Order: sequence, then structure tokens, then C-alpha cells
Amino acid sequence: MFEIVAFYLFAFLTIGMLGITVFTNNALYALSSLAAGMIFISAFFFLLDADFLGVVQIVVYTGAVMALYAFGMMFFDSMSEVKEKIANPRLKFVLSGMIALLVVIIFVAPLIGADAQKGLYPVHPEYGNVQDVGVVLFTKYLIPFEVAAVMLLVSMIGGIILASKKMDTNLSELSEEEIDALQEENTAKGSK
Amino acid sequence: MTLNDYLILSAIIFAIGLVGVIRRKNLLMLFFSTEIMLNAVNIGLVAVSKFHQDLTGQMFAFFIIAIAASEVAVGLGLLILWYKRRGDINLDTLQSMKG
Repeated sequence: MFEIVAFYLFAFLTIGMLGITVFTNNALYALSSLAAGMIFISAFFFLLDADFLGVVQIVVYTGAVMALYAFGMMFFDSMSEVKEKIANPRLKFVLSGMIALLVVIIFVAPLIGADAQKGLYPVHPEYGNVQDVGVVLFTKYLIPFEVAAVMLLVSMIGGIILASKKMDTNLSELSEEEIDALQEENTAKGSK
Repeated sequence: MTLNDYLILSAIIFAIGLVGVIRRKNLLMLFFSTEIMLNAVNIGLVAVSKFHQDLTGQMFAFFIIAIAASEVAVGLGLLILWYKRRGDINLDTLQSMKG
């Protein structure tokens, strides 16, 4: 009973929040409703006995990813609405058709490979979820784990290098004339 | 709650993300929609993991979260670079070649 109530409550909340994210024109509303949706999604992980993944979801998505988006949006003029003109409705039609075809293939695939569903790493109820995940992650999935660590390091360095170009000029330490000169230089470069 | 309920929910959330990817022209919104789709897949994987009593689904969800985090770092860096250069994050103005 508790599970059913929780499932439907969080399902409607999640769908509502993510719907706001997709359909709103304001970037700030989209960001905050996406953060709320991510927290509601972690509730499903707790309902499904995946405690570790639920905590990771909260920490990574609302702690790291949303903070990163919030800092990134300080660079953008976030309150200005992007004018979205739909120029080619036929393109959308073709894309939707191809996605529908893809969905049909996905649904047919299990009929072909029906015997591929075997228990590889069964759950040990006496361990608890965190210990269970740790045992599997650091034995069977050790190499992918290390590769993921290297990938995160590479993306961190890439993000820093990409975002920090021309950060050596600090606007708060410049005089008004220098800022004007810098902006003119930027607009001249942008129009080129 | 059966496996089907969770898979239907996962499909609905994935469809929301897909609609966002198809109809939005704001690049930041495209990133948000991608996050939504990745999370929908995570819900499906964890649900299968629970109802088949197998940890593989949770492992894959774990790696998908790692991939999503690194995608955001690099993608947002590129987006900031593009915004500094153009002052715009509209998908229609992303092209620089005429044709």
C-alpha cells in the first residue's frame, strides 16, 4: 500500500516537473524544475531497494550537475528568451517516424534474444545494497570503473580549459574605458 | 507494483525528454532534455535489476550517471565558449557555413 501511494505520488510529481522543464520558455524555471525532478527520480531508486544509487543520484545530479548548470547560466543572458521558430515541420515528422521505427525494433529485439536474460550477479539480501554494489563494482566491474574515473578526469580538464579561456581579464578590476574597449573588440570579433 | 509500472513510467519520462530534444531550439534546453532521457533509462535499468534480482542493471545505471556528469562538464564548456563568441545559444544560428 505504502509503495503504491509513493509510486503514484512521485510519478505524477516527476512527470509534472519534467514537463515544466521541457515546455517552459524561462531557463531559470527549467533549471529549478529539473533539479526537483531529479530529486523525485531518486525516490524511485529508494523504492526499488537501490539505496546507493538513490544517494548517488541526489549527490551527483542536484549537487554537482545542477550546480554546474547554475554556474554556467551565469555566463548566459538567462532571462532573455530564445526565439524558437519552427521553420521545417517536415523535419520533425521524419524524425518522429524514425524514432517510432527504432522503438518497434527495440520491442522486437527481446523476442529474438529471449535466452539472454540470465542472472549474472544475483542480489544478496543479507549483505545490504551498498555492500552488494561495492563487491560487484570492485571485482567484476573494476576495469570499467577505472576507465570511468579516467573519463571523468579528462572531462574535468576539458571543461576547465574550454570554459576558462579569456578568464585572465577580470572585469571588476578594469576601468570603464578598458571594459568598453574589450567589448568593442569582442563585437568586432563576433561579427567577423 | 510490477515491473511494467516502472517501465511505463520510464517510457513516459523518456518521451518527455524526446519531445524536448525534437522541439526545443535553445541549446541549454537540449542539454536538460538529454539529462531527462538519461534518467528515464536509469529508472528502467534499476527496475529490471530489482525485479530480476540481478545487480547488473544498477551497475549500468551507475556508469550512465558517470557518463552524464562528464557530458555536462564538456558540453557546458563548449556552450560557454560558443556564447562568448556569438552571444547566442540558439540552435538555428549554430551554423557558420552558408549553403
